[in-house]
Amino acid sequence: MSKKSFRQAINEALRQEMRRDPTVILMGEDVAGGRGGSAGTADAWGGVLGVTKGLYEEFGETRVLDTPITEASYIGAAAGAAVTGLRPVAELMFVDFVGCCLDQIMNQAAKFRYMFGGKARTPLVIRAMYGAGFNAAAQHSQALYPLFTHIPGLKVVIPSSPYEAKGLLISAIRDDDPVIFLENKVMYDVEEDVPDEPYAIPLGEANLTREGDDVTIVAFGRMVGMANEAADRLAKKGISCTVIDPRTTSPLDSETILECVADTGRLVIVDESSPRCNMATDIAALVAEEAFDALRAPIRRVVPPHTPVPFATVLETLYMPSVEKIEAAVTATMNHRVTEKV
Amino acid sequence: MQIARETLLRSYRAMRTIRMFEERLHVEFATGEIPGFVHLYCGEEASAVGVCANLTDNDTIASTHRGHGHCIAKGVEVAGMMAEIYGRSTGVCRGKGGSMHIADLACGMLGANGIVGGGPPLICGAALSHKTLRDGGVAVAFYGDGASNEGTTLESLNLASVWQLPAVFVVEDNGYGEATAASFACAGTQKARAAGFGMPYIECDGSDYFAVHEAAGEAIAHARAGKGPVMLHVHLQRWYGHFEGDAMTYRAPNEVAEAKRDHDCLKLFRERVTQAGLFEDSVLDEVDAAVTDEIEAAVMQAKDDPLPQSADLLADVYVRY
Repeated sequence: MSKKSFRQAINEALRQEMRRDPTVILMGEDVAGGRGGSAGTADAWGGVLGVTKGLYEEFGETRVLDTPITEASYIGAAAGAAVTGLRPVAELMFVDFVGCCLDQIMNQAAKFRYMFGGKARTPLVIRAMYGAGFNAAAQHSQALYPLFTHIPGLKVVIPSSPYEAKGLLISAIRDDDPVIFLENKVMYDVEEDVPDEPYAIPLGEANLTREGDDVTIVAFGRMVGMANEAADRLAKKGISCTVIDPRTTSPLDSETILECVADTGRLVIVDESSPRCNMATDIAALVAEEAFDALRAPIRRVVPPHTPVPFATVLETLYMPSVEKIEAAVTATMNHRVTEKV
Repeated sequence: MQIARETLLRSYRAMRTIRMFEERLHVEFATGEIPGFVHLYCGEEASAVGVCANLTDNDTIASTHRGHGHCIAKGVEVAGMMAEIYGRSTGVCRGKGGSMHIADLACGMLGANGIVGGGPPLICGAALSHKTLRDGGVAVAFYGDGASNEGTTLESLNLASVWQLPAVFVVEDNGYGEATAASFACAGTQKARAAGFGMPYIECDGSDYFAVHEAAGEAIAHARAGKGPVMLHVHLQRWYGHFEGDAMTYRAPNEVAEAKRDHDCLKLFRERVTQAGLFEDSVLDEVDAAVTDEIEAAVMQAKDDPLPQSADLLADVYVRY
């Protein structure tokens, strides 16, 4: 066990799975980095933010494949390789680029197993960066997990910490179905203790990062840390929160969410994706349908406004959910008084 | 070029099977019993069969909307295909795929594809698997002149060249992408496109089984030898509309009649082998009779087979909600 960054945890998961299984390969733009350049690959990039650094050196060009900047062909190739015997981990870089290759994910990889009558397995992982907070503006900051969650046939993973990232990525690579693995780009340097040995966290099992009596907070990815910080502050005011990290939006551990709401009677959902048809609306609908009687206050959603992500820091900060906004939402739900019917 | 007698007979049977399978579908579709869309391959049989005669179960193909011919040529079972098109639980894809999505990975058939240009990227992946696993296989993408304009196809030509994949890109050029002519929609030439990606280019007459067999043999041997991808441009004729029900108002009245008269690959095959003394007409007549029986049986069986049950709706769903 040692302190590892989110970036190192992901790198370690890839390295350990590649050592364990020779059919695991990586592909993507600059995942080796420097192919064909005048300086060679000795100091290969390992992707734009260095997540796959060192893997080309260890596994070579047959396992770590640089691609041209052609998302449709290589994400499609990853799907084709997955149904014919390899276990590709393809890096899409910024998830915003999925517009260039959505067909290969949505109509091909996601559909094979069902559409072919159960005769295909597509052990594919697509890694991509998501999220605002980097001043990367509208085309490099989206949190598109609801888009993937909407498509039957995809598993969608959003790790909330280095420990979670390693265990969930190992599960994703070992999974026989297509998995979208979304890494918050602001979190790469976040550190915590991560075991050195490989371990797998099952997909579809939520993690309760704390348990309380008053309010259930469901948060995704980077929002989990914010929710915990808000819960710490609220505890000092005598409000105790349960914080749920679902870990995966598809499958979604709805049982855990419903059980916690049944206990607390109040729900706040923190989701940094665009507010229409996102995870917050989805979970709100689930709870309204399945646990209406348990609710003691309206469900509250902490979400961005329905706008592209702005560039300027001041605007981006306004755009994002924050610890303060979560705290305010929890306080508001606590203060709600149900009007008695006359 | 010498082609084994056994191969010739098997190829004739495959071409005849495609022809009869499709002509029967043409009739059956008109009765309204077949759900969904059906895109017929009639007239193009020598292309699928000429290419696939050079392949084994270890090789992989990806197909198009017009996939029945490729499926049959690659060895997918005819009765299962018919049942699939009728939406029966006994279908190759258990009634979940239909005409546009027939796949059978056990014989290297990666699927027809409902998306124009969907196949070429997948074939890059299959070729990468063959190369990485060193199993000696090659991967073949069949796509039309319409799909040749899709970015996915052009990106795949580039990727296959960059990675030196054992891949063959077969452009089945019937002159129409849906209802729009290739002469209008395809800028430049396929040959120039191949050259643009540093890829060898071979073209052939798709109504001539022997020409296709030879050209595909050369292309596939090149890819199999690890020399990288090849483009094979097959010129052919589509006898029916883009989909069943298409009145083909965009084609001159005599165009199909001339195609049937002058470019019927089955007629040309039969003339060639009987004139060369390779087969008596009676041998080929026997094949025709056997295929007639097989298609009849497949249709009767499909109509008789059970529909999927309600429990099948959620079979093979792996993400619970």
